[in-house]
Amino acid sequence: MSIDLSIKIGSMTMKNPVTVASGTFGYGPEYAELIDLNRLGAITVKGICPEEHVGNQTPRTFETRGGMLNAIGLPGPGAQGFIDKYVPFLKQYNTPVIVNIWGKGMDDYGTVVDMLDGADTVSAYEINLSCPNVKEGGSAFGTDTDSFSRVIELVRAKTQKPIIPKLAPNVPNIGKFAKAAENAGADAISIMNTMPAMAINIETLEPELANKFGGLSGPPIKPIAIKLVFDAFKACSIPIIGMGGIFEPEDAIEFMIAGATSVAVGTANFVDPTTIDRVIDGIEAYLARKGLSAASELVGTVKA
Amino acid sequence: MKQEKATVLEHDNFQGEYRILRLAAPVVGPMVQPGQFLELQVPRLGERILRRPFSIYQAGPEGAAVLYKPVGRGTDAMAAIQVGDEVNIIGSLGNGYPEPDPNKLPVLVAGGYGNAALYILAERMEKKGIAFFGGRSAIDILLVKEFEALGWDVRPTTDDGSLGTQGLVTAAFDPWMKEQDIQSLEVFVCGPNPMLKAIGDRAIEHNFTAWLSLDKNMACGVGACLTCVIKRKTEDGWEWARCCKDGPIFESREILWDE
Repeated sequence: MSIDLSIKIGSMTMKNPVTVASGTFGYGPEYAELIDLNRLGAITVKGICPEEHVGNQTPRTFETRGGMLNAIGLPGPGAQGFIDKYVPFLKQYNTPVIVNIWGKGMDDYGTVVDMLDGADTVSAYEINLSCPNVKEGGSAFGTDTDSFSRVIELVRAKTQKPIIPKLAPNVPNIGKFAKAAENAGADAISIMNTMPAMAINIETLEPELANKFGGLSGPPIKPIAIKLVFDAFKACSIPIIGMGGIFEPEDAIEFMIAGATSVAVGTANFVDPTTIDRVIDGIEAYLARKGLSAASELVGTVKA
Repeated sequence: MKQEKATVLEHDNFQGEYRILRLAAPVVGPMVQPGQFLELQVPRLGERILRRPFSIYQAGPEGAAVLYKPVGRGTDAMAAIQVGDEVNIIGSLGNGYPEPDPNKLPVLVAGGYGNAALYILAERMEKKGIAFFGGRSAIDILLVKEFEALGWDVRPTTDDGSLGTQGLVTAAFDPWMKEQDIQSLEVFVCGPNPMLKAIGDRAIEHNFTAWLSLDKNMACGVGACLTCVIKRKTEDGWEWARCCKDGPIFESREILWDE
């Protein structure tokens, strides 16, 4: 019996449920010599805003027990830079491209979509409403349901392509945001962004990151993300892309059982770029072992 | 750039605190260019997850070797690596040193075990020149015989005067430099950042070429995470350049040093 690994996010079909977390995979070329980009269900690129952005000072990352902090600050080439530099490269692959978009102000979200929407290579937008490391945008929109909904509605009015708001983990009720995203016209939601966090050097008394604070990623956040996906799945009926500390196939399978239709490998890319391959193979093997014929049959099957 | 499960052939004390790790890596070994590095997944690193970058001392068709000193959690955990262990590496990474200019006199400048990263370059260069190696003490000056065997004129300096000229590497380099046709020098540098800056400043002041191998904390090693960025001068200011992908070798004039 052949197993159908494909899933749908709005009108976008992914050949398997596995993508990468924005910011952990560059724009594609960085890992192209190490893994076959055609294997991925989708490539999610680093955040793009309308203009070039310089990002934070260094140090930008700090390794913690089991994970890492980052405060990169969304440096990037801007929408036109992305089209010029990376679209010709990404076009060579038959893998859909999810462009993560962000803005310093609300209007930026519309502007960046206007600039990118003509590129066929751009398959969908992940709307960053939850970056903990950029003062102007990101989390300012992600922790208040009114501005959260307005950004999604603004983007919805600009494009027919699937839109996927990325949710902050540090909200009291993730279900409210999941439902608000659905009501505002989102095709799916991503859960979760990194967890706001901090580390201090006890000799210098200074924060380990130039930005003082950063986002925690890696295995330590996985149980938090599983609970958020579980809660959001109960609250809305659009697909969820689950992420947070996926290092092994079993982690991805757990996300799907909790309610994720798709999963993203993040920090593990830095540790072992073959993780994506292993996760795809592992999901397929698990479905076979459980006698399931499609990845979608696994989604939300948790007995709770 | 390839990921490979390399087998440990040798893991021994080299000199003083320095250790040598020799790996059978038939995929990565032949790819190595002078000045490139490896990202190594340290076995039994416990609850720390990221790979560690190492410059490459020797490389060939069979594999590669790194010289290192325990300086933190990652390198401390490496003490447990045994011959026969499998070590996961990604390499070879970064842009190495450029092809040396045949019309110039090649000069190597290194601090501590930074000279290990210059060995492949020194070996493959047709023209051999002068090598200035600085360290705290005689025990920190590595590979003198090896570089001499390649035909290099090695000039050690030590902070305590236990070998060669007493002082920083510049204590030997400066008086020598002043007697040369300075603009015909091409200097290849690897060592701590203050030393890179000291040589880089001289290169700009006296108008010679200096290729510097920059060291900055890294995570991914392939240009994706944007951890290891440095400021590279542009026409109207500066931009971030990734040490791992755009470097680690930069010409002295490219770098905007932070105050």
